[in-house]
Amino acid sequence: MLKKRTAIATNRFGLGARPGDSARIGDDHEGWLEAQLGSGPPPARGAPRPASAAVLVEVNELRLARQAMRSAARDRPIEPDRDSIREYARFIAQSYQRQAATGYAAAIGTDMPFRERLVQFWENHFAVSADKQPVGAIAGHYRDEAIRPHVTGNFANLLTAVVRHPAMLLYLDNGQSIGPNSLLARAANRNRNRRIGLNENLAREILELHTLGVDGGYTQDDVIELARSLTGWSVGGSGGADRMGAMLRRLNGPSDAGAPGEFTFRNGVHEPGGKTILGRRFSEGGVDEAEAVLAFLAGQPQTARFLATKLARHFVADEPPPALVDRLAESYLDSDGELTPVYVELIRARASWADPLAKYKTPQDYLVSTFRALGTTPNGRNLVGIATQLGQRPLTPGSPAGWPDIAAHWNGGDALLKRIEWASQVGANIGDRIDAVERLDEVLGETASDATRQGIAGAESGAQAIALLLAAPEFQRR
Amino acid sequence: MERRQFLNAGASLTLLGPFAGPVLGQAATDARFVLVILRGGLDGLAAVPAYGEGRYRSLRGPLALDAPGGDGGVLKLDGLFGLHPALSGLHRMYADGDLAVVHAAASPYRERSHFDGQKVLEAGGVSPSTSNGGWLNRALSALAAAHDEQGAIALTSTIPLVLRGPATVSSWAPSRLPDSDADTLARVRQIYEAADPDLARRLTDALNARDLAGDTGMDGMRGGPQQQLAPITTAAARFLAAADGPRIAVIEAGGWDTHANQGAATGPLANRLQQLDAGLASLRSELGPNWDQTTVLVVTEFGRTAAANGTRGTDHGTAAAAFIAGGAVAGGRVISDWPGLGERDLYEGRDLRPTLDLRAIFKGVLSEQFGLSARELDTSVFPDSAAVEPMRVTA
Repeated sequence: MLKKRTAIATNRFGLGARPGDSARIGDDHEGWLEAQLGSGPPPARGAPRPASAAVLVEVNELRLARQAMRSAARDRPIEPDRDSIREYARFIAQSYQRQAATGYAAAIGTDMPFRERLVQFWENHFAVSADKQPVGAIAGHYRDEAIRPHVTGNFANLLTAVVRHPAMLLYLDNGQSIGPNSLLARAANRNRNRRIGLNENLAREILELHTLGVDGGYTQDDVIELARSLTGWSVGGSGGADRMGAMLRRLNGPSDAGAPGEFTFRNGVHEPGGKTILGRRFSEGGVDEAEAVLAFLAGQPQTARFLATKLARHFVADEPPPALVDRLAESYLDSDGELTPVYVELIRARASWADPLAKYKTPQDYLVSTFRALGTTPNGRNLVGIATQLGQRPLTPGSPAGWPDIAAHWNGGDALLKRIEWASQVGANIGDRIDAVERLDEVLGETASDATRQGIAGAESGAQAIALLLAAPEFQRR
Repeated sequence: MERRQFLNAGASLTLLGPFAGPVLGQAATDARFVLVILRGGLDGLAAVPAYGEGRYRSLRGPLALDAPGGDGGVLKLDGLFGLHPALSGLHRMYADGDLAVVHAAASPYRERSHFDGQKVLEAGGVSPSTSNGGWLNRALSALAAAHDEQGAIALTSTIPLVLRGPATVSSWAPSRLPDSDADTLARVRQIYEAADPDLARRLTDALNARDLAGDTGMDGMRGGPQQQLAPITTAAARFLAAADGPRIAVIEAGGWDTHANQGAATGPLANRLQQLDAGLASLRSELGPNWDQTTVLVVTEFGRTAAANGTRGTDHGTAAAAFIAGGAVAGGRVISDWPGLGERDLYEGRDLRPTLDLRAIFKGVLSEQFGLSARELDTSVFPDSAAVEPMRVTA
């Protein structure tokens, strides 16, 4: 029988209990969690280039081929080669499905579920959305390249890795943001009568969603100054698709074109001169300048409070206890933004263990914990379909704010009914192979109510018993 | 089929949900209200261009639309305003007197965060931190207190903030999952009633909504994040047209956050506007005679910068356009205290200046269509809003 504290360790801090967790974890729940913070996978070394870069290059080539085919079809009445026109969409769709499947597989299979939950937490904090292309083709690589290596490190490093990643730069349009007084803008505005200039999307979301929080005391001027500072943070293009790169090569030499599909600092679009953010002056420093700004933002007390609130909300309660938020924020500032001490504080806080079912599972939590409880693995195509039906299409929060982290967003009646319908389907598929009464003890244990226990014991079939286990109120929460 | 039997089987499972209230001769029970929330910040000057303004063309640059008349030109409303060419259905509604176009309107929110902007729009307060559920839910509570309990439905799997709160609200979204069998559902319900009454209530509401949907052949519709709007508005109309159905529906549509390459007469924003146009046309035709008692309100959390940005898009702004459609509406007019597009006219030198509080429209609908009193509107539904006069909405 899973004890209450083990249930909290596995369901709340982890991604859902697996059969045998009781024995595996023993009684040192805090130790089991803390051990996951130290022994992360070593960062991948020696790879010639990030996986996301290869995908982006491929996407670019396919897009060019599609463009060429379309304009050929416009010029003379030939039957367009539908394959090369569709190839692009097909490649994006397949890449997206792979990205979605690997994310779920990592969560379902992990022996370090707390660590993986932290990866998911930061992935959502720094959300990109796969409904914008080509972000959909690299959203999973983004998680593995920019977030996973830094979840137990320093927040400033995590932040910098995120903001440098092509997925974020493309998602929030920074690659197109051009300093109004940059080399490129001056040349372009001389030649043509077209204004080119800033795009403040990324800068605003860094301040509002990634660091200070919306009440963090920044102004519209701060947004613009940060946007100026970030000009030049871009993604290297390839070949004819990269008109800006070609122009910059002419104006400013080869370094401005950058490695295809990878982070590139384009000095020729960087807004020259110092920038002032939150009253602090940053002198012109090329690519280092915005890095200094990001480190400065990471160190602000508002950032500490904002991150502490979100962490406590994610793990403890929709309305987290203020004392806990204070403690986490203090720990963050004391350790200069090191994240592991904050997690340890969270694990050791009494409030974290008070109410075993305070959080309502997101559809993703629900699916992952189901697969973990039953020991099954979904196939990629089914997975995207079912997650979409349950209300959380993988990797598509639809906005840079990420998926909401409160019950009110997820506990609508229609969404609940869909979980029950899916649970019935799962029961019908495997109900004859799994004893739901035993499984209840192993995955919900002491947190299961009498009503749930009796309902499952009295089910008319194995299929129905599994359906009731997965539909149980306690299985909707963590 | 199984669900129908299930619903009819147990006495405790008859339609006791939000749609079940008896009609006690309330003044306005035939009225229907549809709130369409455009999430992401609609570019009001793209949807409703002020083509007659001197600065319109230079300010909008690559986003400027051609004057009325030509192909891809603005659809003329009057000498100053027009509609985006993708909004031809709305243009016909305007000609029929079924559409009022609102411009330079905003919620009380004056910053530029989507998420806070939506909070203020939906919570009905003046700042994002004072959220106590949604204003439409508080309006439902006021209606319920007056024994008008026909309720509301969200055309989403989960309930948007504007409908969150103590009053029961239903939700429905297209499903491709096979139904659970009636016996399993009854047993789940039994567990919920004993262990988690809140989930029990939500489940009952969802089953009631599904039951209505089943009657109208909406099973098996496809859903998705950037979905077409017409299937959703069609479903909404069927709920609203059902005799024992809800009288209020909330629909949401994303895809308006056009920071880069938004296009002008054609392009991504034009496509999305066309989907909105088609959605509203479907709503009208599917509502049939009920259209005459219906008010549809299309609003967004904020507008966008008046000028094009450096990437042929627009950044977060302040005031935007809104639409009031329906047979009940005093249409064929543009409602705007137009602030102008001159440099000093713009809010903070960049955004269309708000001159109309969206709460005035909300109040107008709730008082004229549903008979809510000024006291209820000024204090409970929109706290501390006595200074905001209701706008005349219906004919």
